Amino acid sequence: MAEITLEKVVKKYGAVNVVHGIDLTIAHEEFVVLVGPSGCGKSTTLRMIAGLEDISGGIVRIGERVVNDLPPRKRNISMVFQNYALYPHMNVRENLGFGLKIAGEAPDSITKRVDEAADILGLTPLLDRTPAELSGGQRQRVAMGRAIVRRPEVFLFDEPLSNLDAKLRGQMRAEIKKLHQKVRTTVVYVTHDQVEAMTLADRIVVMKDGRIEQVGTPMEVFNHPRSTFVATFIGSPPMNLLPATIDGGAVRLADGTVVPVPERLRAFTRDGQKVTLGIRPDDISPVGHGLSQDGPGAEVGMVAELAEPLGMESLIYTRLAGQEVLAKLYGPRIVQPGEALIFRMALDRAHLFDAETGLSVRAD
Amino acid sequence: MPFWRRESATPFLLLTPAMLTMAFVVVFPLVFSMYTSFTGFRLTKPASLYDWVGFRNYARILSDPEFWIPFGRTVLFLTVVLNVEFLLGLGIALLINRITWGQRTLRTIMMFPMMFSPILVGFMFKFLFNDNIGIVNNALQSLGLSDGAIPWLVDGKLAFFSIAIAEVWMSTSVFAILLLAGLFAMPRDPLEAAKVDGCNAWQTFRHITLPFLMPFAYIAMAIRSLDVARAYDIVTVMTDGGPAGRTEILWTLIGRVGYDNSRMGMANAMAYVSTILSILFTWYFYRKLVAARRYMGGAQ
Ligand SMILES: Nc1ncnc2c1ncn2[C@@H]1O[C@H](COP(=O)(O)OP(=O)(O)O)[C@@H](O)[C@H]1O
Ligand SMILES: [Mg+2]
Repeated sequence: MAEITLEKVVKKYGAVNVVHGIDLTIAHEEFVVLVGPSGCGKSTTLRMIAGLEDISGGIVRIGERVVNDLPPRKRNISMVFQNYALYPHMNVRENLGFGLKIAGEAPDSITKRVDEAADILGLTPLLDRTPAELSGGQRQRVAMGRAIVRRPEVFLFDEPLSNLDAKLRGQMRAEIKKLHQKVRTTVVYVTHDQVEAMTLADRIVVMKDGRIEQVGTPMEVFNHPRSTFVATFIGSPPMNLLPATIDGGAVRLADGTVVPVPERLRAFTRDGQKVTLGIRPDDISPVGHGLSQDGPGAEVGMVAELAEPLGMESLIYTRLAGQEVLAKLYGPRIVQPGEALIFRMALDRAHLFDAETGLSVRAD
Repeated sequence: MPFWRRESATPFLLLTPAMLTMAFVVVFPLVFSMYTSFTGFRLTKPASLYDWVGFRNYARILSDPEFWIPFGRTVLFLTVVLNVEFLLGLGIALLINRITWGQRTLRTIMMFPMMFSPILVGFMFKFLFNDNIGIVNNALQSLGLSDGAIPWLVDGKLAFFSIAIAEVWMSTSVFAILLLAGLFAMPRDPLEAAKVDGCNAWQTFRHITLPFLMPFAYIAMAIRSLDVARAYDIVTVMTDGGPAGRTEILWTLIGRVGYDNSRMGMANAMAYVSTILSILFTWYFYRKLVAARRYMGGAQ
């Protein structure tokens, strides 16, 4: 059993605090993705779990054991690094088998397990090459092979795909997912790419400035962002945010446009409250060209300033209450710049955030 | 049109001064010394320059223990000195790599021995190891580690040892500096990967750091093998090849044969044989270096 528990984990570099007391429990065999902008402390957190970074405060447990003072080799983990970190002077076979050799495994057992791992990852024809003779994607595979061959309790990934081109990244993402289904282990995966987070994770941990902003399944985080930060970070293109005031049970935008307060949020608002209305581009569409036609909605007239046709859908840049707003049109219809359209906002999918704290008005 | 006015002749004309200089300072002495190694040339009898003896000098050298013993001693000296310098240099580099404060200063101080003239280093160690007034004996006696005067430069084996110490003192920093450069260039990732893969500190060093440093060590060894193979000054100053030829190495022997005994033809023949030794050592380290660079280059 390899449950990972972080309790009030803190990391300081001298006087600078980069991780501010993180609490997180990662279940056995769970795939957890730490996601957040660059510099928010994801790698630092991961490296504290790995034992590559001293823990300045709090407790890290793997399974039942407190590992704060254990060196990496005693934590039964393996890690895939952003730059792969292959051993340049060893060929692929030696790279894969190195951990087993150090562990004192018998040579024929090493050969067998290396061959198995090479087979899973399609590395068999490359076993005699050195890292210098491999492409980026192949090195990436070797790095993963080196991690799985040891059959650790925990896999740690630090942005393993960020050095690959877009196409290869997509492929490897799928392979990592398959690998996790085959080799059931606890995984902690760090990325700044929300698409990777959404597609891979059982649970997403959104981080910001050394703190956890929200934890939840991809759908929870997508559908119920706890703050404007999460709302704009998860989902692409990002959610539109419009400053507004609650006024007589309605949301009044800066230019006086009024839309009803979404039914499910009514209980959480009070008159005069300054809020931010959040609505994803997918949920603002020209009437008749939206994802959902029924349910509560509000109609506003806006002028399309620019349209990007993407085939079966178009992204429309428009303007509401003096602010740029992105909308989506579903269906193969060309929109001309300057075209005036009636847009329907799917209010059941809109969000309200407190203007001061940036937190969702729902008290969860 | 005369040929030197033609456009195609211009490059050759422009190169002529350089070519002439090269011919005068490199090619001519080389050919001349090669020629003399096939004569019975004696500095005291200029006429002997035309005394062609074919391979006689070489034939004598190959069967002469007077040559082969210093030759073997030079190889031994080279092996001992290079290994000791490598180990010490590695130790120093690892220690300096560790410290965070005063590193620059230490790096500079470390280079001081290299800045001294080898002759002066020879004199310094000659006095350190002097059996009557030397500080080494003095210290050993004061500490009660020895009661008699140890004849450092008089006993053959001890003299060899003393010279090696002087050589090591002077040049260990070549290894230290190059290995330190290697440590600075070392990527951190593979070290961390090794830690995660289960290595303790020694295993990480043995399997990751050391292989990474070896190309740097081979560069140092190639440089130093040339240096040590032509060692002359320190030995001449400290023992002058004595006692009774027990610290005679190749170049002190060659100097003696050529200038003291005036047998320049023979000395040149010896010099050519010794040059082959140097070339072999350098070639060996260079091959190692190339092999190591093949995987180190572009690995990340
Ligand atoms: N060795 C260090 N010394 C000081 N600050 C550091 C060090 N390593 C990382 N940091 C700082 O810690 C913060 C978090 O870094 P990191 O965990 O690498 O972020 P990321 O989320 O991009 O992986 C950054 O602001 C970074 O500048
Ligand atoms: Mg990072």
